[in-house]
Amino acid sequence: MYLTKDEEKAIKGESGETIALAYRILLAIGEATDAEKLVPIEWAHVSGVNYNTIGDAGVRFLEEFSNDARTSVKTTINPMGFDRRRIQDLHDERFILKQMAIVKSYERIGAIPSFTCIPYEIFDIPPKGTFISFSESNAAVFSNSLLGLLTNKESALSALASSVIGKTPYSDLRMDSFRHPKIAIKPDFDLSTELDYGLLGYFAGKVVSESCVAFEGSNGSPSLIKSKALCAGIGTSGSCGMFTMSKNSSCKEVISCGNEEISTIKDELNTSEDGDIIAFGSPQLGMNELNLISQLVEHKKFTKRCMIFCPRSINIQATMNGITKKIEKAGAEFICDCCICLTPLITKENADSVITNSVKAAYYLNRSNKLTVALKDLENIMVDYTEAR
Amino acid sequence: MRINCRRIVGGVGIGRALITNQPINFLTMIDTNRGVIHDQFHELFGESIKNVILIFPNAIGSSVGAYSIYSLRLNGVAPLSMICSKKTDITTASGCAISNIPVVELIEPHMVSLVKAGSYIMVNADEGVITAS
Repeated sequence: MYLTKDEEKAIKGESGETIALAYRILLAIGEATDAEKLVPIEWAHVSGVNYNTIGDAGVRFLEEFSNDARTSVKTTINPMGFDRRRIQDLHDERFILKQMAIVKSYERIGAIPSFTCIPYEIFDIPPKGTFISFSESNAAVFSNSLLGLLTNKESALSALASSVIGKTPYSDLRMDSFRHPKIAIKPDFDLSTELDYGLLGYFAGKVVSESCVAFEGSNGSPSLIKSKALCAGIGTSGSCGMFTMSKNSSCKEVISCGNEEISTIKDELNTSEDGDIIAFGSPQLGMNELNLISQLVEHKKFTKRCMIFCPRSINIQATMNGITKKIEKAGAEFICDCCICLTPLITKENADSVITNSVKAAYYLNRSNKLTVALKDLENIMVDYTEAR
Repeated sequence: MRINCRRIVGGVGIGRALITNQPINFLTMIDTNRGVIHDQFHELFGESIKNVILIFPNAIGSSVGAYSIYSLRLNGVAPLSMICSKKTDITTASGCAISNIPVVELIEPHMVSLVKAGSYIMVNADEGVITAS
């Protein structure tokens, strides 16, 4: 990768060790993606905030890094491990202290304490074609595919390095030539609910190792809730960072995704028939989904504990227009700042099995939290687990 | 036998080759305290990656896998070097960059079949050469 004279000086440590480290990260990912040069970005969204995801190594790294590192572009961050206003939910002082050390480091660096995995539903969206650096996988796929922003599927460290340097390698999905898929997936099953889209995405991530995939046969973009499920599915299982959607793609290679493929994916992710807790929000829910849930629970109540994960800002907005109240009346609880994935709020101590409509949640609840999962779509969950109030 | 490779993160490592054709999710598949692959669906289930030359196609899944690589390093159970047999990914590259673990990418991916599992190999990322017995 070509470096300017100033960049070469910085990598040798002339601007300090922290800047040199950030450049070393960018150089490594630049080499890995065959980048020709670094280009400026306007926005970094950084993952690696929840203590359960980055551990003591992450706490230590961020403490040292935040001594000198400061953001040079707009920087938003992923969910943490719990809701800062409901600390009583978590009976684990050690976790709380470690988590707050991470939060402090990000605040020192200058990140906006957004604690969200759906920055695309909260912040102003830059014009199409803008370079960004997003490490939250669902947000990277969403930004590339639906907003026309340009990012690779970054790692927690590469997005962090870019937030400080303000640059990223010019490679892969940041170049037009990589944004035209060579492999297409043709859904050959009843693709109707958001869960179906999540399963399709998970399948696509598994079988496609290229950066961009086409989905064939669909009429236009799916709804926001289905798009989010698709992006989260793709981001969870593989390395693919973008999709396109059209009636017919011009791809030479077309892979069919039929009932057999979907049932194999379901067998992997749907590990229980039923559950003790209902969890919505991986990715975190936006106004769209909260609106839908509030309509579906009118005059009803949940028959099991229902946890709804959404960003603080969405929760405030929903409270202002009465949606929060409607959903809480049905017995559900709102949890902000965190999401289902790797949260210490859902563990073997409070549930054996979880009911969710999220493929991403199913994967992480099973692999990381070691819980079984009953995968059902939103409307079915509302039918099966609510009764008249 | 010498195999040409491309430097992603510089350095040199010598150790036994641990080979898989399946991608690795560093966040969910590895116990970072012990350096053992604990995902029962992975073909390396139960294997230790401590002090080996890890040869795998690429990393997949979570973007925080980069911190898992750093955890392996701090816990003293990291591989000595990594070889991406398909395409080096951003998680592996960035995690190894802060952990000082040399990483190379094979120029001809099929050359991976010439390396015997368990044999000693040397990765010289700076010169772009893998030496295998």
